[in-house]
Amino acid sequence: MALKIKHRGAWKPFVLGAFAVLLFAGVAQPSKAEYGDVVINNYSDAAGMRPAVFPHWFHRIRFRCKVCHADLGFKFKAGGNQITMAKIIDGKFCGACHNGEVAWSVENCAMCHSGIPGTPTHFHGSTLQRLVAPAYKPLPAKKTADNK
Amino acid sequence: MSLKNGFVIVSSAVLLIAAVWSTSVPAAGNAIQGLLMMGEVSAANTFNLNLKKPKNPNAPPWEDGIHDTTNEATFNLQPPLEAYEGLPRTSFGNHVDWVKALDEGLIKPRWDLLDSNAEPFVMDLDIVRPVKASVPDVVFPHRQHTEWLLCSNCHPAIFIPQKGANQINMSAILLGQKCGVCHGKVAFPIETKTCKKCHSKPKPADWQPPLSEATLKNPWK
Repeated sequence: MALKIKHRGAWKPFVLGAFAVLLFAGVAQPSKAEYGDVVINNYSDAAGMRPAVFPHWFHRIRFRCKVCHADLGFKFKAGGNQITMAKIIDGKFCGACHNGEVAWSVENCAMCHSGIPGTPTHFHGSTLQRLVAPAYKPLPAKKTADNK
Repeated sequence: MSLKNGFVIVSSAVLLIAAVWSTSVPAAGNAIQGLLMMGEVSAANTFNLNLKKPKNPNAPPWEDGIHDTTNEATFNLQPPLEAYEGLPRTSFGNHVDWVKALDEGLIKPRWDLLDSNAEPFVMDLDIVRPVKASVPDVVFPHRQHTEWLLCSNCHPAIFIPQKGANQINMSAILLGQKCGVCHGKVAFPIETKTCKKCHSKPKPADWQPPLSEATLKNPWK
């Protein structure tokens, strides 16, 4: 009882604090993807394919920037290279390595084409994205004639 | 209904713990009350949390929010933390100090697509760029950059190789120009923690901020 008398009226901040904790835990979910991952969705969605996700971290452990960005001609721009499967099969861009000789070959479609459908082309976790744009959230499934 | 019940249960649990602690330790009680009172402060005074720390850094692909978990191959992809084992850690970007890892030989990325013995042409030249504002001057180290890149990656398209020819400011960098072509995207990000990585040369002791034109021409001075 002593406890109750001593703290009469002190419950308000506790309740508010509890709500604040719950709010922060439930609402604020920052983007989690690995820094430097590039989602490339120039043509994938239109072709009925998942967008490709390029993990920079994985490749920079194996190659210096120069190999792709000077020798293979990748521009420093997400989605700026107009990569198509035809070019890859011809040994250009990703196809310079992903030919079954240096790295695994193009029959492993889903290893690259692993992004959430509808994700726009972007640098994931870039400073600019974190500053101005909300973290990407997948769009709700489109209403079709079946589930309307 | 279940959500409301959850709120009641959790908040009463928090209340109980806080109440017990505050009665047993008076100092802690005050501290907790002070902390919780912040809930009553105007929302206009809350701190800008735009660049808050990611809760789950280096998440595996199936938890990272961009990989499709209905795709079986997503689960065959390597989780970053597995690859980062033994590499020096930082508190930003990939949470890996890539330059240190390369310098210490912990990673051995190839300089040539096929030739694993090819070596980069490293140029050890620091460029000091004076900064008008009061932040420390910028020192650009060519060495760390030529370990990864070829001269032609930056010169002359991004940086004109001539003293005074490149106007750089942080807004341009944040928007992906100049240093921002890589930094803030793949190379270390632009955060408070990384300011001093570039702005590393302290101003001379007698340095004074330049007076603005409005001050110099002030007729009421």
